[in-house]
Amino acid sequence: MLIKTRKQSDVRSSEITSETVYADRRRFLKKSGQFAFAGMGMTLVGCSDASESKTVAQAGKDSLIQTGYDDVPQLRAPHWLKEKVATYKKSGYTTSEQLTPYTNVTNYNNFYEFGYGKDDPAKKAQNLKTDPWSIAIEGEVEKPGTYTLEDILKPQNVEERIYRLRCVEAWSMVVPWVGFSLADMLKRFQPTSKAKYVEFHTLFDPQQMPGQRSSFSAIEYPYVEGLRIDEAMNPLTFMAVGLYGKTLPPQNGAPLRLVVPWKYGFKSIKSIVKIRFTETMPKTTWVKSGPSEYGFYANVNPEVSHPRWSQSSERRLPNSIWEPNKVETKKFNGYEEEVAHLYKDMNLSKFF
Amino acid sequence: MKKMDWIAKSKLVVFPACLIPLGLLVQAVLTNNLGPDPANALTRELGEWALIFLCSGLAISPLRKLTGVNKLIRFRRMVGLFTLFYALLHITSYLAFMLAWDWGTLAEDLYKRPYIIVGALAVLILIALGVTSTKKMMRRLGKNWVKLHKLVYVVAGLAVLHFLWLVKSDYSEPFMYGSIITILLLARIKR
Repeated sequence: MLIKTRKQSDVRSSEITSETVYADRRRFLKKSGQFAFAGMGMTLVGCSDASESKTVAQAGKDSLIQTGYDDVPQLRAPHWLKEKVATYKKSGYTTSEQLTPYTNVTNYNNFYEFGYGKDDPAKKAQNLKTDPWSIAIEGEVEKPGTYTLEDILKPQNVEERIYRLRCVEAWSMVVPWVGFSLADMLKRFQPTSKAKYVEFHTLFDPQQMPGQRSSFSAIEYPYVEGLRIDEAMNPLTFMAVGLYGKTLPPQNGAPLRLVVPWKYGFKSIKSIVKIRFTETMPKTTWVKSGPSEYGFYANVNPEVSHPRWSQSSERRLPNSIWEPNKVETKKFNGYEEEVAHLYKDMNLSKFF
Repeated sequence: MKKMDWIAKSKLVVFPACLIPLGLLVQAVLTNNLGPDPANALTRELGEWALIFLCSGLAISPLRKLTGVNKLIRFRRMVGLFTLFYALLHITSYLAFMLAWDWGTLAEDLYKRPYIIVGALAVLILIALGVTSTKKMMRRLGKNWVKLHKLVYVVAGLAVLHFLWLVKSDYSEPFMYGSIITILLLARIKR
């Protein structure tokens, strides 16, 4: 039994904007007369005039990195990665829906490696070692090997994509990710004609991940997810290295995670250390844990209920006690136009 | 007026103490302290408190046997009614804050979701037990009263099943309550 005492919306000291930056932002806002709200965080978006802010923010090298979301803390990450993330451009992948505030995106997480409570990952993942980080590329590819995160990222341009995230538990968020198209990355390893599926693995390190030591877990570790090759190559499929203009917090899957916006959130695997190209369908974690409840495809679909609860609507976060903020769930999470063709002639009730 | 014995006196403390969880939850709601999905959190907390009171109620008889303090039985009705109280709040929170009184979804849930059906059944039994918990009803029902109130064991089973069926993969809490209830029921088997 837990009654929380720390307020979810409390601002940690690390989140507090320094006075110089704050004053400069006021001046900047006044001057440009252009600002936008993004939920409770009142986040400034669309301020691209980098030179304007750069002149005042003096507190060390990192504070010179202009990201467009001044209220969002710059987390521990290698300097090159912070700089890389900060070079993001806005993209056409966006939505008019209100962004879920940063504090909710980073304090309400399912990352069972760090515990089952929604706030466990934020509490227990902070010391996850994400540097150095490398990713093993295996299986049906011309260029297998172990690549450092820097190798992976160097040739990629990063962009911001605002995607809806729909959890299989029937809640959802709207998140501004920073990253790059998965297809761009995968093509560099030259998959062979036998590569029909792509399998992803999360870090397995019980020393750092207390959830992997739990004896009551119904899921096996390492966490494994997978996509059909055409799903992986779809332009929507995204590899994220940041959110809200900054590097990913560990609880959100630092340093590198998948984002597949038309599928339930559990497909969007976090903290990836291995990518394997296979000829047969990967045995994914949730399918192994409950094959009657979770399918390999896991496409968001209001017409196909989870055996134990309905998927026809979702609670958009944050909500309040008086306003459940219930929205109708859309087929393929609203990305039907982009992905419906992948499942043409497939019975989605059977291949859920 | 009769002189109060120690049981009656301690009831004056235990009764308000049983309202503390509710007080803390109300405070958490008012200070917006339940996270970004407060309806869900509140409903789960209330349900868990109902389960805690249920276990406490089931612990009274074994405790009485163990200590030989027969008077302890006089706590049973109060704890039982608090179980019902938290269970009703749990349902109200689900209906008001999670479903926003959407009867269509409720009908669908009742029709399709085993864990909702099981939970609803448990509460219906609890209501029947609550209504028949007065001295007058005890007298009127005679021997049948004991039979009827044995249904609390069914409620315990249903409550654990309800919990087990709604979690996604963390079975530690349902397992914990299941074990406690199993021990409390085994303690009743006469040797």
